[in-house]
Amino acid sequence: MKRSLFVELRAARERKRPIAMVTDLESGAQALVDDKESLGDLTLDKLQLVTVREAIGLDKSGKLADGKTFVQVYAQPPRMIVVGAVHVTQALLPMAQTAGYDVIVVDPRRAWASEDRFPGVTLMTDWPDEAIKMLKPDQRSAIVVLTHDPKLDDPALLAALDSRAFYIGALGSKRTHAKRVERLAELGLNERAIGRIHAPIGLPINAKSPAEIAISIMAQVTQVRRGAPRRVPDAEAAA
Amino acid sequence: MARGGESMTEPNEDILSVAARWLEEGRHCALATVVETWGSSPRPIGSQLLVDEASNMVGSVSGGCIEGAVVHEAKEAMISGEGKLLEYGVTDEQAWEVGLACGGKIQVYVEPIG
Repeated sequence: MKRSLFVELRAARERKRPIAMVTDLESGAQALVDDKESLGDLTLDKLQLVTVREAIGLDKSGKLADGKTFVQVYAQPPRMIVVGAVHVTQALLPMAQTAGYDVIVVDPRRAWASEDRFPGVTLMTDWPDEAIKMLKPDQRSAIVVLTHDPKLDDPALLAALDSRAFYIGALGSKRTHAKRVERLAELGLNERAIGRIHAPIGLPINAKSPAEIAISIMAQVTQVRRGAPRRVPDAEAAA
Repeated sequence: MARGGESMTEPNEDILSVAARWLEEGRHCALATVVETWGSSPRPIGSQLLVDEASNMVGSVSGGCIEGAVVHEAKEAMISGEGKLLEYGVTDEQAWEVGLACGGKIQVYVEPIG
């Protein structure tokens, strides 16, 4: 990989733009391709460019039909939006980061969402629904709601359910969740929308400590991302 | 949105960031990428391993079975300045030497950076 292409590749990553490095495995020639241009000493024909751009969209690396041209997609990492800068969040954060997520912590309570408690983390002190709207969660985003306070949890869930996030989970016992379901139903949400919420959050492993609860959440997020069918809102909810 | 220091982002640092740092420090490095797999293979297509001339490694191209051989090839690539396509499998005696004992076959492309 030529230094110049490496620098461009890094710059694209910094700008959080999905990009692909395309390599002719026989000659070593390379092209760096994004949605607009193609740089480097490898020339791709129109059809190849279309295929490469499709691969970028699907985040799927692999060889082209000729069997000698390899496409390495550099997608953006998945995101985890955690609402509630609580103790469980402190335990969940390093796990999610290790698993490759960009983590954003949202909590309007500044005493909770402090630099001291979350050094070096992207913190937002906006109201949860506003923060989530600003973050525009997509199908590679997980939303984890942990404040345990309906004033914060409910708006967060409303905004989350209005997105295509692949995972939405909320902390709270079965009883807490039953009350939550009632409130959300009163706000006009249908059963299907409410059913997207994983609650009580996490896989049932009898987690007790904040770290154990974080493990159960991380396991469930992974399970949904890698295995279980994705639940996406119906067309009218997404519109 | 507040953005703090770098300490917490360290574990999440991707391979390219490490490569950039190594290059800034004047170290030579090479990148190995899984470009094809057959049968059961421990790491999917697109998995990468970064190697420097002192055999420091970040990432992986297998569960640890072929990294030794790939590191050797990566150091060769740093010297030659050329990319090279490698193939490892379990179909012959050589399999035991490189140790891909999991029943798969993989192709790895190794290239110097810079």
